[in-house]
Amino acid sequence: MLESAFFNLFAGLCVISALGVVTARNTMHSVMFLVFCFFNAAGLFFLLDAEFLGVILILVYVGAVMVLFMFVIMMLEQKKDALKSNVRQFLSLGGLVAVLLLMEFVAASSSGVFVHGAHATAAHLGRQVNNTEQIGQVLYTKYLLGFEIAAIILLVALIGAVVLTIRKRKDAKYQNISAQVKVRREDRVRKVRM
Amino acid sequence: MVGLSQYLIVAAILFAVGVVGLFLNRKNVITILMSIELMLLAVNINLVAFSHFLNDLGGQVFVFFVLTVAACEVAIGLAILVDFYRLRSSIETDDINTLQG
Repeated sequence: MLESAFFNLFAGLCVISALGVVTARNTMHSVMFLVFCFFNAAGLFFLLDAEFLGVILILVYVGAVMVLFMFVIMMLEQKKDALKSNVRQFLSLGGLVAVLLLMEFVAASSSGVFVHGAHATAAHLGRQVNNTEQIGQVLYTKYLLGFEIAAIILLVALIGAVVLTIRKRKDAKYQNISAQVKVRREDRVRKVRM
Repeated sequence: MVGLSQYLIVAAILFAVGVVGLFLNRKNVITILMSIELMLLAVNINLVAFSHFLNDLGGQVFVFFVLTVAACEVAIGLAILVDFYRLRSSIETDDINTLQG
């Protein structure tokens, strides 16, 4: 009873704030709605016994990715008047696509395949089960290769973001470390006979 | 008791809202990126729901990988956006047509 109440709360707020993300005029408001949406999705994860992923969602998404969004929005100024110029035209097309997609998804998920047996209800795990420990036990054994590939992808993205945004300033003076190291005594010092 | 199909329906609604956002905000690259985040969140909810109801942790591990790739995508996308803004002083999709694709 309490579980379905919390499910309705989290799911409803999640959907409402998702609608806020796509309809807000101010991009900053969209980010705030998305943060709220992620918090509620983390609540759904908690209801599904995935505590670690819920915490990760809040830490990584709300704490890092959305802050990155905010920095970029505040750095780049946008022309307000150009936004939402012909909403109506795109709303009809997008609404059609989305309604068709939603009908398909809902038909598939309520078709009766997921109402029998193990799909219908799953008992919650006991208090002694540690979700973090369980994930660690499969992540570092069965999915070790994927874990390492994920690490390399993160490294590539890190270096790529730095390379893309680095900027050499013309008016600044830089050291040329290689030239400094390679310099010899003869290049700098000249003996003068007085 | 909340069943699997209810979680799937919530995820489907979130995904559809993300698709609407793609169409609605096609002028604004940042909002497009946020719509993609919404769709990825829907996928994550599906994965976690199946993981719980099938009692298999593989789904939760794959949520990790989705989160990793999504974070990389956002970082690279926003970096490209910042670079483009330096070049053109604009981030509207109508101005990003240099390649005439």
